[in-house]
Amino acid sequence: MKRPPAPPVTVAAAAPGKAPAADQPDVLRRMLRDMLLIRRFEEKAGEAYALGKIGGFCHLYIGQEAVAVGTMAALRPDDTIMTSYREHGQALARGVSSRAVMAELFGKATGSSGGKGGSMHIFDAATHFLGGHAIVGGHIPLVTGVAFAIKYREGDQVSVGFFGEAAVNNGAFHEALNMAAVWRLPAIYICENNRYGMGTALERASAIYDVAQRACSYDMPAEVVDGMDVLKVRDAVARAAQRARERYVPTLLEIRTYRFMGHSMSDPIHGHYRTKDEVEQAKAKDPIHTFADKLRGDGLLDDDRWQTMEAEVADEVDDAVRFADESPDPAPEALLTDVYRETTS
Amino acid sequence: MPVLTYRDALNQALREEMARDQDVFLMGEEVGVYQGAYKVSRGLLEEFGPMRVVDTPITELGFAGVGVGAAMAGLRPVIEFMTWNFALLALDQIVNSAAKMLYMSGGQVPMPIVFRGPGGAALMLAAQHSQSFEAWYAHVPGLKVVTPATPADAKGLLKSAIRDDNPVIFIEGEMLYNQKGDVPDGEHIVPLGVADVKRPGKDVTIVAHAKMVAVALKAAEALAKEGVEAEVVDPRTIRPLDLPTILASVRKTNRCVIVEEGWPLAGIGASVVDGIQREAFDDLDAPVLRVTGADVPMPYNRQLEKLAKPDAAKVVAAAKQVLYIS
Repeated sequence: MKRPPAPPVTVAAAAPGKAPAADQPDVLRRMLRDMLLIRRFEEKAGEAYALGKIGGFCHLYIGQEAVAVGTMAALRPDDTIMTSYREHGQALARGVSSRAVMAELFGKATGSSGGKGGSMHIFDAATHFLGGHAIVGGHIPLVTGVAFAIKYREGDQVSVGFFGEAAVNNGAFHEALNMAAVWRLPAIYICENNRYGMGTALERASAIYDVAQRACSYDMPAEVVDGMDVLKVRDAVARAAQRARERYVPTLLEIRTYRFMGHSMSDPIHGHYRTKDEVEQAKAKDPIHTFADKLRGDGLLDDDRWQTMEAEVADEVDDAVRFADESPDPAPEALLTDVYRETTS
Repeated sequence: MPVLTYRDALNQALREEMARDQDVFLMGEEVGVYQGAYKVSRGLLEEFGPMRVVDTPITELGFAGVGVGAAMAGLRPVIEFMTWNFALLALDQIVNSAAKMLYMSGGQVPMPIVFRGPGGAALMLAAQHSQSFEAWYAHVPGLKVVTPATPADAKGLLKSAIRDDNPVIFIEGEMLYNQKGDVPDGEHIVPLGVADVKRPGKDVTIVAHAKMVAVALKAAEALAKEGVEAEVVDPRTIRPLDLPTILASVRKTNRCVIVEEGWPLAGIGASVVDGIQREAFDDLDAPVLRVTGADVPMPYNRQLEKLAKPDAAKVVAAAKQVLYIS
């Protein structure tokens, strides 16, 4: 059995290509609003965690908003998304309601997983948002599996998976990307390189420093993308999606970003592994401020619009917290449901 | 009734289910071009093509996860492990992904997937290739665990497993593939969670699953020659476990021996004993005894290996002990 000819390799040097998504002012402002919503939602989640309303582990997405929002802007509603445990932002960007996400963090019956998943296991089948997985790298083969199912049914959807740069040293990453390349599956592997796996810098854990180079091992197209620029993220994902939809070619995107907060709510912002200076320098490239400034420069945003946006977002987050606060805990009977599904076929 | 080997009964179940449902596919090492390491998938590649009979790299974690992802997208994967020993590499996908997907998604994401392959010891394959893992998987809520002992059960249970909307661990017997038996044609379904009395008797209950059913039946024959009528109960499914059928037998015989190939601590028999002492304590005329694999890694040497495995003589001795026959 002979494999089809390999796709062209474009490691770190993708052709610029034309921006495929509409650049209408409303669409761009919507992207800014989505990033702002994630920021304010996460700030509020941090407060609720400090108040004991959110339990367990809680990993905030502050600083990385452009990755989720840029990615979702390039996808279709029938594409599938899977991600790791730092996933509140991706869920919101995908369109899972802030009420359902906040209620899940609060462990309430009205949460996206009925309170059984929590911060690390947000699922929403309606938007094809399939979790929320909390074993580092463990969900990357699942992304390949969804892509397999798409090709099996001769569909033109894409399977998108997010994971951190620390996951690429895990065997699951290698196994999953190798199979996607051998079988030519419509998957987009998005490595959110925020520089640290908990407190371990990339350089201390990986023999090579450009995650995108790993795609060479799989004869797979790859790009390094500026994750502080939401439009660059969107356009890179759009290029990858086009390859996947039209030619069943998988892509590895290394999106360079930065986590402004600690690894989880239990961790310090700098600690021993990075300096305050480093964090402050990264914050100077804040993806939300950068994009807002760009829109102002292009005449698409003024103070009035910005203040209205801030107010709307604050209202939405307050409403989500109120909803989560007022929602009931799951009934005791819920303990025993959803362990098995009654078979109907 | 047609006589088939256990191997061909499994093959028939796969072929029938793949013909019945376009969403069913088989994936694993050597399942296609090679026709299956144990030839369970013989002829399926030719019949169903390479998209539905998929040869994988040697990457158990990876292709088990591909199966889980495909099931999340609505397909019904049958993932073959060349042996369950290799599936330890995929344990994360089975336990952390497949078993709890429905629960942690609040019921949104069902997981209709079968993981199958041979388990238990064969002959002189030594420590890494001679292990029984059904107790490990049976421990995990969300999984079902199936261990067919005969060709007819192999076919009927595999068809049920493939149609089940939950992850099913289907452990075949490497030493059973050549065993022959009557297998009904066509729509032969054995429901999961229903035990089978493989031999009726009144004096002592022997509970055994998988390859140990044959050992128990051999022991029952030997006991019959001494005037003891043993009843052999095969749970067929470890999870869910059909305790009522086991209890009914124990209430009749008042004595019980449980046989399993796996290790003793926290084994299947330990759970069966727990059920019996809670539900049928007053019916017992003797403590329940267990015959298990020895509590050691499997040795290579033929004589040592024999010592490590349950056999009919050990079962006979245990039965006599609960009958207080010297």
